[in-house]
Amino acid sequence: MSGLKSNLSRFRGYFEQTAKLMIGVPDYDTYLEHMRTRHPDQSAMTYTEFLDNRLQARYGAGKAGCC
Amino acid sequence: MPRILNHAPWLVLAVLGAFALGTVALARGETINALWLVVAAVCTYLVSYRYYSLFIATRVMRLDPARPTPAMRHNDGLDYVPTNQYVLFGHHFAAIAGAGPLVGPVLAAQMGYLPGMLWILAGVVVAGAVQDFMILFVSMRRDGRSLGELIKAELGDIPGVIALFGTFMIMVIILAVLALVVVKALTNSPWGFFTVAATVPIALFMGIYMRFLRPGRIGEISIIGFFLLIAAILLGGQVAQSETWAPVFTLTGIQITWILIGYGFVASVLPVWLLLAPRDYLSTFLKVGTIVMLALCILLVAPPMKMPSVTRFVDGTGPVWSGSLFPFLFITIACGAVSGFHALISSGTTPKMVENELHTRFIGYGGMLTESFVAIMALVAASCIEPGIYFAMNSPPALLGTTAESAAQVINNWGFVITPEMITQTAQDVGEVSILSRAGGAPTLAVGMAQIFSDLFGGKGMMAFWYHFAILFEALFILTAVDAGTRAGRFMLQDLLGVFFKPLQRTASWAGNLIATGLCVAAWGYILYQGVVDPLGGINTFWPLFGISNQMLAGIALILATVVLFRMKRERYAWVTMVPAAWLLICTLTAGVQKVFHSNPAIGFLAHAERFSTAANEGRLLAPATSMEQMRQVIFNDYLDAALASLFVLVVLAVLVFGILSCLKALRSDRPTTREIPTGGATARAGD
Repeated sequence: MSGLKSNLSRFRGYFEQTAKLMIGVPDYDTYLEHMRTRHPDQSAMTYTEFLDNRLQARYGAGKAGCC
Repeated sequence: MPRILNHAPWLVLAVLGAFALGTVALARGETINALWLVVAAVCTYLVSYRYYSLFIATRVMRLDPARPTPAMRHNDGLDYVPTNQYVLFGHHFAAIAGAGPLVGPVLAAQMGYLPGMLWILAGVVVAGAVQDFMILFVSMRRDGRSLGELIKAELGDIPGVIALFGTFMIMVIILAVLALVVVKALTNSPWGFFTVAATVPIALFMGIYMRFLRPGRIGEISIIGFFLLIAAILLGGQVAQSETWAPVFTLTGIQITWILIGYGFVASVLPVWLLLAPRDYLSTFLKVGTIVMLALCILLVAPPMKMPSVTRFVDGTGPVWSGSLFPFLFITIACGAVSGFHALISSGTTPKMVENELHTRFIGYGGMLTESFVAIMALVAASCIEPGIYFAMNSPPALLGTTAESAAQVINNWGFVITPEMITQTAQDVGEVSILSRAGGAPTLAVGMAQIFSDLFGGKGMMAFWYHFAILFEALFILTAVDAGTRAGRFMLQDLLGVFFKPLQRTASWAGNLIATGLCVAAWGYILYQGVVDPLGGINTFWPLFGISNQMLAGIALILATVVLFRMKRERYAWVTMVPAAWLLICTLTAGVQKVFHSNPAIGFLAHAERFSTAANEGRLLAPATSMEQMRQVIFNDYLDAALASLFVLVVLAVLVFGILSCLKALRSDRPTTREIPTGGATARAGD
């Protein structure tokens, strides 16, 4: 039962990640993890700063639309 | 023996696919079920994915699971993030899927569904998916660099600049044509116009909500936004019925054009969080959701195909677009079979997020196969409505006249049975005043989708709702593409103009921003306006131009891939990209030259200009022009279009010459000369 539950929550996690990446927002936890392990000396962006950063990256220079 | 057994299920699939394809191809006269197309398509995709993409991955590219990807080397948690392949597939698919695979097949249905279907399947397996996969591979091996940079690095600076310039022109055409599709759908349609206009305040509300009320709650606000959209569709139905409000939202094509131009300008200078981003969220989720829903509905409803498999219009006399099957079918269906724009996506964010080289096969080749399936569904939706209705919706007023009676008479003469009552009844069913001459794919697809959806949910009473849902779904993502594209075009232009006048290059400067945005909007706005006033309906003229430019970009991308294979010293496998590149060049160059020089004024721009010049010199007016000034305008536009088509031809020829030179040079070298990041680059930028 718990196996099914953990499978379901993992599936939900992937679903959420996919939906967010579709609109150009990568996983925030992965980013935090990266900052914690690779740059412990720097402070990580808050979630809203992170979103804003991704927004600028998605609609900034040199991005083309779909067909 | 076990090895052979491994292949047995695939053999079964192949036989099933061949049988389904045979059933579709050999059906003469009798109506077949759409499921045959679906089965033929899915079997083709599975078998080609299993064998051909594996061959490309292992023999041609020699993908190496141990080789660090850009995401591994530059992992920064932001742009470069190793990502699960299914998650990345979703991202990549959402980025490549757009209006293209929906519109092209609908227009191509005038020749019957068989030619379109065969091209979609053959094209995607041999050309489209190969291109997406190859460019993803090439970009991944070079730190996820963009198509322009890749061409510069592998072919040289001059072809790099030529290709960039070509890309900008293609973008202008694409924006104009997409906007034209929206104008055609919303002209004199208070319901449609109200619903689409309502998306602007809805998006503004979402933007403010996300910025100030509950920051970062993307999922929550997207759901709220979705329900507001549904409310807007329902309210639109009331607006269309209201005697006070219906006239307010009933606009002519020219009025809508000016509104779109003004909107495009304002939207692309506003901060992104306010309008663009929230609308992008809505349109992306709605797009993917609707595509999934359409697939399920087609499977459940299993509609019969009412369009003949091949119509008499294969001879090139069709009313929807002019030109014979070769080469024009192959440029009318661009996305879905092969699309140059995907080369930009495959060299965009996707290569920066690949976790393992082996995943590129599923993401690149598999993603394009999925897009191709969307095209097949669009073809099914267009072919399951009455052919008479299809032609009533897609033929220009110059042929049909403007009443149901005149239209029915013309279409009956073409051999498709239709009565004026059927035309007015369909318009009533979908809640519109008229469905005549709404070329551009979106409305036809909307009628097809409304028919399929209402079969399952709500019956005939819901058809009007589903029709406007489908219109909204397409208009929403087309408008998002228009303002994201204007923004991207503005940056490109600022870059280009900055070469001559430095201060323009500062993307933060307001003057530079406004000038570049204005120029960009003016460029697509001009073409859009020409399309709207064109008596032949605009789509007739401009869709081929869009197709030519898009397929030429694909040709350029495949030339790049060929050069890379030569430089890797894998020229024995270069046929994998050379064959589709050659086919695309043959189609697009023939089509480009025909669009300029063909003696039939319906096809050749120059012949058309000459017909109008002769008439103007004799003091005669030719429809649709109603004054001498309009005559001169038509002639000027013909020359402009001819110049554009010639420009595309020259761009592609130039890249071809540079490509051949690079291949010859690579052949003379006795070792690989490609510019990949070496395997040992693992620590090159570690820690940044």
